[in-house]
Amino acid sequence: MSIQRRRFLQALSVGAVASIAGCQAPGQTSADGAGVAGETLTLTTTTSTYDTGLLDAIHPQFEEMYGVTVDAVAQGTGAALESARNGDSDVVMVHARGLEDEFMRNGYGINRRNLMFNDFVIVGPESDPAGIQGMDSATDALTAIADAQATFVSRGDNSGTHTKELNLWEAAGTDPGGDWYQETGTGMGEALNIANQQGAYTLSDRGTFISQRSEIDLTILVQGPIEGGPEILANPYGIMAVNPGVHDNANYDLAMAYIGWITSPQAQEAIAEYQVNDEQLFFPEAVSEDPNFQQYVPEGWSSDDSEE
Amino acid sequence: MTAGHTVLPAVAGSVSVGISSLPAVVDLPFRDGYVSSIIFVSLYVSLVAVTLSTLVSVPIALLTGFTDFPGKRLVKSIINTGMGFPSVVVGLLVLFAVSNQGPLGSLELIFTREAMIMSQFVLATPPITAITLAAITGVGDDVRDAARVLGGTRLDVALVVIKEARYGIATAILAGFGRAISEVGSVLIVGGNITSSDGVSKTRTLTTAIQLEARQGQYETAMVLGAVLVGLVLTVNAIVVRLGDTGAMNR
Repeated sequence: MSIQRRRFLQALSVGAVASIAGCQAPGQTSADGAGVAGETLTLTTTTSTYDTGLLDAIHPQFEEMYGVTVDAVAQGTGAALESARNGDSDVVMVHARGLEDEFMRNGYGINRRNLMFNDFVIVGPESDPAGIQGMDSATDALTAIADAQATFVSRGDNSGTHTKELNLWEAAGTDPGGDWYQETGTGMGEALNIANQQGAYTLSDRGTFISQRSEIDLTILVQGPIEGGPEILANPYGIMAVNPGVHDNANYDLAMAYIGWITSPQAQEAIAEYQVNDEQLFFPEAVSEDPNFQQYVPEGWSSDDSEE
Repeated sequence: MTAGHTVLPAVAGSVSVGISSLPAVVDLPFRDGYVSSIIFVSLYVSLVAVTLSTLVSVPIALLTGFTDFPGKRLVKSIINTGMGFPSVVVGLLVLFAVSNQGPLGSLELIFTREAMIMSQFVLATPPITAITLAAITGVGDDVRDAARVLGGTRLDVALVVIKEARYGIATAILAGFGRAISEVGSVLIVGGNITSSDGVSKTRTLTTAIQLEARQGQYETAMVLGAVLVGLVLTVNAIVVRLGDTGAMNR
């Protein structure tokens, strides 16, 4: 019910701000909106940024500032990128660097920025039948689960989490299959519920797990890098504008306004301050002393690498 | 968008008044206009789609019912097949049509209520046509003959038949409405399940909201929304049945 409560509080605060701002002429107030006021930005994104309530929490700030509306469509990383590839969205926020790089290389996206990160955790029943608790290697943990043939719930939906999971299995040198390995084809929250009901293991992003922890009996058995776990469980989010050179209907000006805003110190602070059950879910990464040119180009890119 | 914003709060207010007597546990989601705007979108999309379907279906059913032409059986079997057409496939086809890459891409309909109306129209039309056709075919020849003998034109005869078959047609429309409002797969694909950040629905319907709440493990809210959906369908059915009874009494 916490999501609803938050919506209610937001509705109150937005209503209060709107009634104060009501005396100004709409559309002319946003001098810094550079002609985008009144427009709608379509953002396709992964379910984790949406289901944790992050976007609902931070978007009012952007919408107020520019006098615009953000339509956030939560689809899962694979589908979000596909929508963007079809020109059905203006900006895309996902968490699967390999898929993002492919999207950029194919020319569909431009101006990629690192946005924020959190991490993945391996969760399971407290009884821990595969005995993975406290392991500091994610691949060893998966190998132990496979050896014990303990039930493992896989998203199986081409999402960022699913992609990470498959990479982990590959790194572990295991090709998962059999009765104990269940692909659900659902979002993270639902996968957690299914794992909960079956006393199964699953790979979850920390944010979704925390936001649902009070309702499920699963516990974190292998930590990600935020709590000192292995770096392989890092979960970086990127943001990219849809290339108006490919899709001329993409609202590029507004997409860039959004990217500029969400990578600004102000929005990054809002991301850092967002909490569920007193825990921080996302760690801002866009503002940093580190130059990190790698964020602008696909990984492994070299200049003679031009056309596919 | 601006029109939607001015309409929504008014509707939201009127709906939440009726629901405010629910227990405290389920009270909260109703208060901020979240649920009422979802109800509004569900009803708006389904009613517009079913109205359009009816305007198309009844003439098709009349034409098919009243005339003989080669391929009539084929038409009937196409209509009957349409009744069982999987809704997610309809969603997919509408997505292809309205996506920026599709033939209607320039209209920018993806993730809008209009796209949802399109898919529900496609879903509702076959059952409405088929059940209307059955109702019309069921009207005895004597009624048609009588109308014709009394000097009725083809239009007069059609009107008489529609009047005789009106309960069947009402049933057809209800069946179409039931299919439209309880649909989740296709509206999720083409609508995108969008609310604005203050929690007012843009393309979120009761069914897609239930899907979302279940995905997040918020089973209580999902159950409340499910109860609202069932209640809504029952209400609409009751109203139509009631209208039918009133019509019978006036006769």
